Amino acid sequence: MNTDLNQILDKYKGDATRLMDILTDIQTEEGCIPSDAVAQLSERLGISRVEVEQTISFYHFFSQKPVGKYAVYLNDSAVAEMKGRTAVAAAFEQEAGCTFGSVTEDGVIGLHNTACIGMNDQEPAAIVNGVVFTNLTADKAKELVAGMRAGKAVQEMVTELGDGVNSSDLVQSMVKNNIQKKGDVIFSTFESGSAIKKCIEMAPEAVIDEVKSSNLRGRGGAGFPTGLKWEFCSKAAEKERYLICNADEGEPGTFKDRVILTETPQLVVEGMIVGGYALGAQQGIIYLRAEYTYLKKYLESVLDDYRQKNLLGNNIAGKEGFNFDLRIQFGAGAYVCGEESALIESAEGKRGEPRIRPPFPVEKGYLDKPTSVNNVESFAAVSQILVKGAAWFKGIGNDKSAGTKVLSISGDCEKPGVYEVAWGLSVQEMLDMVGASNTKAVLVGGPSGTFVGAKDFSRKICFGDLATGGSVIVFDQSRDILETVSNFVDFFCDESCGSCVPCRAGNGIIRSTLDKVINGKGTKADLEKLTELGTIMKAANRCGLGQTSFNPVVTTIKNLPEEYESRLQEESPYVPTFDLAASVADSCEYVGREPNL
Amino acid sequence: MSKPVVATASLAGCFGCHMSILDIDERILDLIELVEFNKSPVDDIKTFTKQCDIGIIEGGCCNSENVHNLKDFRKNCNILISLGECAIMGGLPAMRNGIPIKECIEEAYLDGPTVADCNEKKILPNDDEIPMILDRVYPCHEIVKIDYFLPGCPPRADLIWNAVAALVTGGELALPYEVVKFD
Amino acid sequence: MSEQITFTIDGKQCTAEKGDTIVAAAKKNGVYIPTLCDFEGLKPAATCRVCTVKVNGAPTTACSATVSQGVEIESNTEEITNIRKAVVEMMFVEGNHFCPACEKSGSCDLQALCYKYQMMVPRYDFTFPRKELDATSPKLLIEKNRCILCKRCVRSSITTNGKSLFAVAKRGNKTVIQMDKTLAADLSEEQAKEAMELCPVGAILKKETGFVTPIGQRKYDAAPIGSDIESNA
Repeated sequence: MNTDLNQILDKYKGDATRLMDILTDIQTEEGCIPSDAVAQLSERLGISRVEVEQTISFYHFFSQKPVGKYAVYLNDSAVAEMKGRTAVAAAFEQEAGCTFGSVTEDGVIGLHNTACIGMNDQEPAAIVNGVVFTNLTADKAKELVAGMRAGKAVQEMVTELGDGVNSSDLVQSMVKNNIQKKGDVIFSTFESGSAIKKCIEMAPEAVIDEVKSSNLRGRGGAGFPTGLKWEFCSKAAEKERYLICNADEGEPGTFKDRVILTETPQLVVEGMIVGGYALGAQQGIIYLRAEYTYLKKYLESVLDDYRQKNLLGNNIAGKEGFNFDLRIQFGAGAYVCGEESALIESAEGKRGEPRIRPPFPVEKGYLDKPTSVNNVESFAAVSQILVKGAAWFKGIGNDKSAGTKVLSISGDCEKPGVYEVAWGLSVQEMLDMVGASNTKAVLVGGPSGTFVGAKDFSRKICFGDLATGGSVIVFDQSRDILETVSNFVDFFCDESCGSCVPCRAGNGIIRSTLDKVINGKGTKADLEKLTELGTIMKAANRCGLGQTSFNPVVTTIKNLPEEYESRLQEESPYVPTFDLAASVADSCEYVGREPNL
Repeated sequence: MSKPVVATASLAGCFGCHMSILDIDERILDLIELVEFNKSPVDDIKTFTKQCDIGIIEGGCCNSENVHNLKDFRKNCNILISLGECAIMGGLPAMRNGIPIKECIEEAYLDGPTVADCNEKKILPNDDEIPMILDRVYPCHEIVKIDYFLPGCPPRADLIWNAVAALVTGGELALPYEVVKFD
Repeated sequence: MSEQITFTIDGKQCTAEKGDTIVAAAKKNGVYIPTLCDFEGLKPAATCRVCTVKVNGAPTTACSATVSQGVEIESNTEEITNIRKAVVEMMFVEGNHFCPACEKSGSCDLQALCYKYQMMVPRYDFTFPRKELDATSPKLLIEKNRCILCKRCVRSSITTNGKSLFAVAKRGNKTVIQMDKTLAADLSEEQAKEAMELCPVGAILKKETGFVTPIGQRKYDAAPIGSDIESNA
């Protein structure tokens, strides 16, 4: 290993809870976590090698084998496939001379599949050594490989820049914001510093009351009332408290946090500072998914700006004793880390396995201290609520759902991108807004959400009906829904943390049963079995992943039954998957005989 | 009224389940009173001579001949029972499942300690008359519909007796804790 | 003395101490709630989900949740029994459980639960995954084909200088338990024995001995798992 491990360890004070950062630095420097690094980390951190490896092997972007000097991570999620990923992948493979999941013999180019990278409105897209390339075509893939062969710096291969802040000096990315509709809360006017100014005039309890009375509910998807969460946390006995911004945004199809953090990070940072004040927290963490590493320098500059203005740090805005600072913690590719307790485990340098609850994070969270974890968009809304008032906020949306929701809309529509809408929009109104026609189905809330068919397009996007963290994917009549469902089933099989039996094994059973149906050997009994399995998984799994991962299958069986019916074996109670010809093919070939069927 | 007809077969098994059938001791005399045997290693009838009521299968399917026999049993028996671990889940032969068939054949005919020195010409059995080897050992219910499962290695004689007696007489099947075991 | 509280399990009036886990509280009242990953003295992991119960209608794991005054717990209902049996079946098909050839047969908690729920054949297809057998340690054999990832070994105090002998690796259906090869090389006899005794199945075995107890005298040969608790009712 060429990297000076001591230097990295010193940077994090040899703290084992910062293992994620340590590993990220090594992975970035070395292109892998070499075995001598594992041995040294074991020595220095006082943990066994297998304990170091248990964190490494949990995360998609950590690898004990070299990932290539140029490591291409091409999104393989459903919408990427719909937008032509197959041809792009083929071009990469042909030009690079290796297949996905491997590295060229000379170690120069590595091709890797990766789950949704938050670019669904500009797919196919890939990340190469942290740099994002969007709207890829086979030709662009060829150009990229040629650039790699020529030894170009990855950033040099970015030929056009995106809109807004994406083109700024600190970002220099081709990513586009695609803000199609600005609403009254998030993409509205905001004067930097105004929320902090307002909050320090109030008592911390009054800040919490204001957020409570605004009826703001968590924007990550689960919809827990933000003010209530803050109140629980503020009432915890321990005084050392933490505030975490969940910017893991892993639900396939969502990318709104990326846009919020690009265009209006001040709202988020300020919402966190307000939260720090309200909760009496001294330290905040922005847990940012590794896919958004390209925003690192820019976001750090935003934090520095707040520090320079004395709006972060000690005695904020001159308020004696108001001390709060923020750091950015990167993930390393694990969907389940969007679950708040898994996120906390990850931020502590461990495997992102959801914790047993209770105790809830508000009682025992980061480093076992009271912690409130809130979504990017929730913090952004808090800033506006402070400035404009709870009553103003409540006046937007409908009875159960106050305020606006930023939707990430992709798939078969004319104008994919980010839309800030008042809660309560019907699916049909949404489709008209984005220029979608001939629509077969809409997936609201990403794979863990609900597939709705045409008969349900009058349903409303809001809590109490179709709640969502913001992912909306549109499918037109030409799409085979089971292809998409199949893609999501693979996703959950891979992203399960592997702890709970009914998730670890259950997703695999969904996989094989769905295969049977797709291969034309399914029966009605198989669909009933899948639905029963969904009920078992919902009751018996610990976290939101295992309690919803069957949704792509179960909600399509319920809402789009016609997608299955044509493939079922009619009236046959028993159809085996066994195929004699296929099962003897390999042995016959190897011993050198013709199969005698 | 004619007696119910029973047929039995051992596929990829060790005949231990059949031994256990015989292990019902003196009740074998009652069994003969209750049922008539057709195709079975017990009476050495090689082919089905009539439609049978109950087929009892020992062993899973590791080759094409097992598959053929199992399908033949399904066709000729109204009720099919998987008897023992091999029929139910492949059993010990299925310990090769998960290992690619090429590696299995290499181990068996080329590299294994009992063959490494004596197969100089590296001959692999490939005569057309020999059953073809399947990619893995299949539990019977993955190939045909199985009506009942009696676990054990071998299944306890009492379990077999209880099950056959219950089927034939239409009585309730008694499953005391001691008789349902996987070993 | 600790505070006594009352609650019901499947309608039966029960008494326990505040702070008891539901599994422990049930046990005191002669009610057996099946467990696999749970082990006395170890922090609950709640990974196997076999102890799933409903508390006032909401599902939870009885090994990790504590009882509260007045709660109504559902345990041996048709719905919960079906969930538990399904979970046991999932464990059975996701690994390679060849009971006839296993040293732990007859004393295996997973097998005992299969017996309890009269699993004649799992409702799910066998997957026959290829798994590793790690025989590198001089004292221990790690048979990953049989591992149910209960993490008892990972949670245990089998450490050398604070370094854990066992850890989890990977995720999803590739999740696997790893033994630290450097630490395993110097394992004491006692540590090896402790590791083997922690394992509810035959995945951690001490080398050189096996099949010591004759058939008929093994832990679950004569009476079902949990019958000792139920006989105290």
